[in-house]
Amino acid sequence: MTTTASGEAAPVKRTPLYDAHRRLGAKLIDFGGWWMPVSYATGIIDEHRTTRAAVGVFDVCHMGEIHFRGARAGEAVQRLVTNDVGRLVDGAALYTVACWPTGGIVDDLIVYKVAVDHFLLVVNASNVEKDFRWFKDNVGTWCDVVDASADTGLIAFQGPGAKHALQPLTKVPLGDLPRMKFVAERDVAAIPAWIARTGYTAEDGFEIFCRASEAPALWDRLLEAAAGIGGKPIGLGARDTLRLEGKLSLYGNDLDDETTPLEADLAWVVKLDGADFIGKEALLKQRAEGVKRRLIGFEMTERGIARHGYAIHDGTGERVGQVTSGGPAPTLEKNIGMGYVPSGMAEPGTRLQIDCRGKMVAAQIVKGPFYKRGK
Amino acid sequence: MSATYPDDLLYTKDHEWARLESKGEQKLATIGISRFAVDQLGDVTQVELPKEGESLKQAEVFGSVESVKAVSDLFAPLSGKIVKVNSPLADSPEYVNEDPYDEGWMIQIALANPDELKNMMDAEAYQAFLREQAE
Repeated sequence: MTTTASGEAAPVKRTPLYDAHRRLGAKLIDFGGWWMPVSYATGIIDEHRTTRAAVGVFDVCHMGEIHFRGARAGEAVQRLVTNDVGRLVDGAALYTVACWPTGGIVDDLIVYKVAVDHFLLVVNASNVEKDFRWFKDNVGTWCDVVDASADTGLIAFQGPGAKHALQPLTKVPLGDLPRMKFVAERDVAAIPAWIARTGYTAEDGFEIFCRASEAPALWDRLLEAAAGIGGKPIGLGARDTLRLEGKLSLYGNDLDDETTPLEADLAWVVKLDGADFIGKEALLKQRAEGVKRRLIGFEMTERGIARHGYAIHDGTGERVGQVTSGGPAPTLEKNIGMGYVPSGMAEPGTRLQIDCRGKMVAAQIVKGPFYKRGK
Repeated sequence: MSATYPDDLLYTKDHEWARLESKGEQKLATIGISRFAVDQLGDVTQVELPKEGESLKQAEVFGSVESVKAVSDLFAPLSGKIVKVNSPLADSPEYVNEDPYDEGWMIQIALANPDELKNMMDAEAYQAFLREQAE
């Protein structure tokens, strides 16, 4: 038996929680140049279910944190991203993409407005260097652009029990912190931290920023708090199945330099009638000419698991696109996926065939997120 | 609970195992994947197996195991004709995780060439191989 997974030979970086993962018996893999836990002792499916039922604690210290500071910081961020930064109040965040002049996606990210002269952009780990260079090259003279990734710890605390389990560790009234809002310069377990009600699991939850040097102490306290309600640490394997069930895109799989946000079902983060931003002209042109392919979600209607890179065929057997993410959905007990197909056949209900290593397996396009959390 | 690497099995470098038995003139081998393979895979979510009556050559791909993260090929440790397939794995792939040497068996073949057994390792040699790989 041999697996098709493989690592790279480049030097692999460690997050501040590397030793903690080792102690917890994590299976560590090289993920985009970082040693990251793919799962802990109980495995991906159990971790997935724990996050849906109670709370999961995730090391996301590998993510990038880039600060924009100065009188023109807001203007600089707006130049770089497609969503409307002008609508953010202090303490509010938004999801967006940054585009190349071609309209292709540099990265997807969250913009946090700390103050009128201070914004924090949280970007994908694999893109930190590319993003930072792109940001500096374009707006480096407008304001200070500082990559604080190495000094910043970030831990996600996600699940229906997240608020209940986190509250005893902080004076911040978490019930008053709406989704996509955050508070800066507070304490969690007596450690200076920022608390954001954001996440990547399609559950309620928080992302907690701290100094990298204090991440191990914060991690331990969050694990204790989670354990009190049946929570546990969660690896990248379950992070991937959780986000896939929520139909949340992963850069490098579903989004890349060649795809535009209009193709990627992200038109809701593109404000073509608002302020100018890099890539706007290309996106206006694409909208006028018609978007030729779209990112869709599908579920397998026969036995088979679609994986990143598998070909998508239409009902007649003609190759029409490619799977960008796929796998089992533990909550739904189905096999699901995402991929690009021509716009003319992107309607829910459309029947597809996925080429699963030479075997054609039937699938069907479905609407919206595969999983929606209860209210 | 069975041993991590039972002594009565033979193993391959691809982490398949074979359990031998004689039935009259025939030599049969039951085949599955080792505890090491199962631990590497994590939760098995689907097992693809061939049909009874098909013939396999040693080292040929005879099926695949899908875990949450990846798909892995299964290689025939020995040549022969398939006489039985563990069809319950289609609906209960978790047997492979829970009990890889018993309920999680995959196929049984009638050996075409018993000389090939010399290409397999006993439990001691297999564990030495695993230690070597880990270094």
